[in-house]
Amino acid sequence: MRSYSAPVWQMALKLGLIGGAVAALLALIGMVEVFNQRAIIGGVISMGQTFLGLAVLLSAYAAARRAGTQTRSTALLAGAVAGAAVGLVIGGLALLMAAWPDLRTILINASPTLLALLTFGQAAPVALAIWIVAGGLLGAATGALLLLTPAVRSAILAALGAVVLVGVLADLLRLITSAWGVIGQALRWMFAGRGLSVAGALVVAAVVVLIGVLRQRGLPKLQPAAGRRSPRQTLLSLAISLAILALLPPVLGTYMSEVLDQVGLYVLMGLGLNIVVGFAGLLDLGYVGFYAIGAYMMGLLTSPELGFFNLSWWAALPIVLAVTILSGVVLGIPVLKVRGDYLAIITLGFGEMIRYLALSNALDPYTGGPQGVQLIAKPTIGSFVFDDVTKLYYLLLAGCLLTGFIAIRLRDSRLGRAWMAMREDEDVAQAIGINLVSTKLLAFATGAAFAGLSGAIFAAKIGAAYPQSFHLLVSINVLALIIVGGMGSIPGVIVGALALVGLPELLREFAEFRLLVYGVVLVVMMLYRPEGLLPSEAARREMHEDENVTEESALAQPAEPAIQLERTAT
Amino acid sequence: MLKTWFRRLSGTDLIMYAIGVTVTIAIIWGSLATLASGKYSLPQWQDLVVFGLAQGSIYALIALGYTLVYGILRMINFAHSEVFMSGPFTAYFVARALDQSGFLERSPVVGMLIVTAASMLTSLVIAILVERVAYRPLRNAPRLVPLITAIGASYALQYVFRGLYGSGVERYPELAIFKGEWFLAGVRVLRTQAVVIVAAIALMAVLYVFVMLSKTGKAMRAVSEDKDAAALMGIDVDRIIATTFAVGGALAGAAGILYVLIFGQVQFYMGFVPGIKAFTAAVLGGIGNVPGAMVGGLFLGVFESVGPSLFLDGLGIPAPYQLKDVIAFAMLVLFLIFRPSGILGERLATKKA
Repeated sequence: MRSYSAPVWQMALKLGLIGGAVAALLALIGMVEVFNQRAIIGGVISMGQTFLGLAVLLSAYAAARRAGTQTRSTALLAGAVAGAAVGLVIGGLALLMAAWPDLRTILINASPTLLALLTFGQAAPVALAIWIVAGGLLGAATGALLLLTPAVRSAILAALGAVVLVGVLADLLRLITSAWGVIGQALRWMFAGRGLSVAGALVVAAVVVLIGVLRQRGLPKLQPAAGRRSPRQTLLSLAISLAILALLPPVLGTYMSEVLDQVGLYVLMGLGLNIVVGFAGLLDLGYVGFYAIGAYMMGLLTSPELGFFNLSWWAALPIVLAVTILSGVVLGIPVLKVRGDYLAIITLGFGEMIRYLALSNALDPYTGGPQGVQLIAKPTIGSFVFDDVTKLYYLLLAGCLLTGFIAIRLRDSRLGRAWMAMREDEDVAQAIGINLVSTKLLAFATGAAFAGLSGAIFAAKIGAAYPQSFHLLVSINVLALIIVGGMGSIPGVIVGALALVGLPELLREFAEFRLLVYGVVLVVMMLYRPEGLLPSEAARREMHEDENVTEESALAQPAEPAIQLERTAT
Repeated sequence: MLKTWFRRLSGTDLIMYAIGVTVTIAIIWGSLATLASGKYSLPQWQDLVVFGLAQGSIYALIALGYTLVYGILRMINFAHSEVFMSGPFTAYFVARALDQSGFLERSPVVGMLIVTAASMLTSLVIAILVERVAYRPLRNAPRLVPLITAIGASYALQYVFRGLYGSGVERYPELAIFKGEWFLAGVRVLRTQAVVIVAAIALMAVLYVFVMLSKTGKAMRAVSEDKDAAALMGIDVDRIIATTFAVGGALAGAAGILYVLIFGQVQFYMGFVPGIKAFTAAVLGGIGNVPGAMVGGLFLGVFESVGPSLFLDGLGIPAPYQLKDVIAFAMLVLFLIFRPSGILGERLATKKA
């Protein structure tokens, strides 16, 4: 094995240097410093330090994985080398920052706080040594992790992951539980500072390990096997989840209701874009345009400021939906023959044109120009006015349930199958008798209607429509959440919205880095898990087409595209 | 035969033709009305055209990056606008250092060349990095996948640079030699505009010679024709693709400095609008076509500079200059719909996409 040792450590060194560069970048863009304010375990480790630790962990893990585990020493060695290399880069950064304080006039985040953080308050050369040794040790420990049996390894990783997750959200958990009276009092010992206490962390880890052990023994199944439930069971679980959803705002309080409202708006838009992108395969980057049209139409119809119609919110809603559907068709017609990335660019152009038109003075009397439209009506039922976030939550919930239901029914309908056939291959779809024109236009129209509804609720929520709210970034956010959840997957939209809209709202430090993380998430998801977190069946097959062909796995056999297309045709 | 043609026509095509005819009539009507009103004098039109040419030559340089990559990989490098931003944003600090040491005052030409080199180098490195991380692992993935990573890479880069250098607007030091104006055949040209136009044309000429005459350029053309065949001829396809990204990146970095000469400032978001305009220029000229990108860039620059005054003013639209970007986007959409092959290109939008 001696002859292989040179390439192994070279590979480990390379991975470590890459990991170190990423860690240094995280530090220099300010992420480490900002997240250092959020403790994971109070007084022991912060989230910022966790980022640096994760760089060591991941590099060492990747290196040890590649080195193989035939001999114990290679995995350990590879882990240690990679870890030490990460430490070398981070320590080197500290050294550079200490030697050249003027760096801060260029890289604004190379602050003294960051330096103190990276050097543990020691002199920079000492810190460099600490980083290399600590990185090497942590890396070796990671390598050792690979040598354990899978059960033990997954238990340790799950426990660590759970502690980090609970620690990150500790702030919020404490806020929520403190409203619960006695239970909140009883749980106070778990938190310290802005994180978990040491005892709390140990308890979280122990609980996770215990659950893991129990599940491995197969004793209590936490989740019943999907797909084999009787209608009564389905109804029951549906009723229970509805009741839980309905109880959320009073339990979680105003701030969390606001977050849930955000998530709800994005779920609505996500469900719509999921039809266009996920089902029909038409990459639409101008989706925000329909959202804007919905909000502005609502303003035009209800706002006394513009003084055209002064309708009530409910009276205006059908008109708003009709107009957005019409706009979906009108903008869809020109792009019928355009495919792929060209479609993306054209729709992006449409979205930006709509925003610039709203922003310009050319349409001033109808859109209010740069100042936007104010005094948009709130929806009312009888004397009940949806005027704050907790009340609007129910409107959004109803909207999400309705659109979710429509989306599921559409997916399983003849039209849904036509969309998917078109997504797989337009020419074949046309050859088997699918009318591409109407199928595409229906996709655009349905997607637009969902966005229009979302826009109408958004307008009611803030009581105004400003051109700044309809930036291209909204389209990108929606696209990102669909991709993270899994293209074409309806539960995926909800997971994606919770992960990409809900989670960042909870971590307020995150706001500054939100788009950075979205961008990275898009790239990483495409590289490592293109089918998304909760993939739909079809997407999984499509994305792993090549692998299925080469491996000729038995799983891929019953799901041949040809069979599916036949079903669509009949 | 004629019957089926007629039946097909009566559907969506009719609407499309109607849109096309309406736009054409609106443009002609607006132009005539503006010219008849005599609101703008000849020197004003000349100013607009010269400004458009300078702006357009910057678009053309960026467009070359889109076109080179499209020609080889048949993909839109969405992150190119951030490659363009990274160069001048980084070179700003070089310029500031040179300015503080007084070097930029003493020898402005050498100083600006150093700044330009720094900008080109940064953009080149970023372009190669993007290719390596976001595109190369996905060479054989379904078509939507690299497009999505490109969008992701674009946002990630934008906010990495925002994190590194801050979100403020930085002003480049102003140089005395770029102040003032010249008159060429009675047309007023600002010095900066002249420098921009000449430098852009020189760079494009260098690129054209490189692609057409050098061995690497020949390999690039071979790879864009047929990757597999090129590989069989002993061309290292991955290396050529990386070179293509590098060349496009360097041009974008140079374009960034020219952009700075005209607008004087940089910030992390500066890439988006010029990027999308340059893409429009690439489409106008026929994407994948090197001379096309140059023609498309100049055409778009002049069109969007003159357009608001010429077409919209006559139609009685208030504050037409706000709609400059709408005109550029509308051009993009109309060209992609009615003539996706561009001014000088082959038809690509439906076939190869």
